[in-house]
Amino acid sequence: MATQVSSENVEKTIYDGLVELGTERDDLSREATLESLDVDSLDLVELAQIVEDEYGVELKGDDVKDVKTVGEVIDLVVAKAG
Amino acid sequence: MTRRVVITGVGAVTPLGIGSDTLIDRWIAGESGIADGFGRCLDFEPTDFLSKKEVRRADRFTQMAMVAGDEAVRQAFGEEVELPYDRYRVGCVIATGIGGLVSLEREQEKLITKGPKAVSPLAVPLMMGNAAAAAVSMRHGLQGHTYAVSSACAAGNNGIGDAVRIIQAGDADAMVTGGAEACITGVATSAFAAMEATSASGISRPFDARRDGFVMGEGAGVLVLEEKEAAEQRGVPILGEVTGYGVTADAYHLTAPQPEGEAATKAIQFALADAGITAVDVDYVNAHGTSTPLNDAAETKAIKAALGERAADIPVSSTKSAIGHLLGAAGAVEAIATIEALRRREAPPTVGYEEPEAGLDLDYVEGSAKPIVNGDGPLVAISNSFGFGGHNAVLVLSAD
Repeated sequence: MATQVSSENVEKTIYDGLVELGTERDDLSREATLESLDVDSLDLVELAQIVEDEYGVELKGDDVKDVKTVGEVIDLVVAKAG
Repeated sequence: MTRRVVITGVGAVTPLGIGSDTLIDRWIAGESGIADGFGRCLDFEPTDFLSKKEVRRADRFTQMAMVAGDEAVRQAFGEEVELPYDRYRVGCVIATGIGGLVSLEREQEKLITKGPKAVSPLAVPLMMGNAAAAAVSMRHGLQGHTYAVSSACAAGNNGIGDAVRIIQAGDADAMVTGGAEACITGVATSAFAAMEATSASGISRPFDARRDGFVMGEGAGVLVLEEKEAAEQRGVPILGEVTGYGVTADAYHLTAPQPEGEAATKAIQFALADAGITAVDVDYVNAHGTSTPLNDAAETKAIKAALGERAADIPVSSTKSAIGHLLGAAGAVEAIATIEALRRREAPPTVGYEEPEAGLDLDYVEGSAKPIVNGDGPLVAISNSFGFGGHNAVLVLSAD
């Protein structure tokens, strides 16, 4: 929870998290869709755990069910933290 | 008429290395994959075969099943994405004794040290016993009968036997089947040691007078089975045939076998009857041969009781002397080793066997491999697997 919530920091956390989950770093961008990255509901739960560890922000399944792109995930975390 | 079931693909990940040829070639050469008291698959690096995501989504036993499955499926069906059969008529039965214990223990550690929120959402899909069957099914689009079999150390044979029955019953044209196990973990090694089932000396020497327990191993064996006429029609090389399957339970003790091996004897007899053969037709026995004092004595009695005078005339050897005890994967890996031994017409040795014990007087293939002799025709073997809980499962296998 020590990490400051900024768009840049969250982007780095999400990108690192997605790479950890098996996504290629070169494929990552804010515009990339989760579907194109083969990121599914199980990945999102794991990603939510990483985010909660880092920022203390709790993301539930309902929060992320309509999220389509990596950018939307980042914005959601920033909004929730703010 | 009964539908016959042939083997058209085999794949193995074992302590002797990656691949079914590695397994049989090294075992026939009398080599051992056991080091420091364990049969670990030291050559197995999952990322050599699977993507980072596939590795994350699979416990070690499932990873091994996937890699062994790839080898078997490639041999039987080639590199084509399309299966040669209706997908709903190809199933996947993969046995395991314990399941994803590596994952379970990792998540338990997180629960204790970091609390419930740290437990991975993947914990259940990784640890569940049917994970390997599900993963192999998904990997190859197998949509017929798909599930796990769990009967401890007999599971591999029960898996193959069930798959045979599914084809014979007409419910499938082909099955991808076998077993996988990877539980050389803190809990499992401690538990087996506590019950004094595992070897204190760390040496697997089945049937030897000095044997003092089994050596834990890990790995996977996967076979592709097909209905014989369909396999012949599509012209795929046939490696061998599963001609018989016999199953009984001791109903005696949670871990100890019946001392006289009565139910194990019955399982062998049922398997021979299922194959339509008698004891004189058997050319080789791949024994369960765990290296525990109780099993090897009871199994020897069972082999003698079931095969009569024939028992003294044929080689009997234990794969576990070279790779340790792969628990729920043992039967599957040993079925592959048996088929490949028959194809090479060589009985691999019981590695390390030196000192006979009174009453344990079969030909355990001491020292080095020896020819399996019976003219030029097909050779027949039985492969025994017995498990904690009193499970006895015997396969009859034949190959040219």
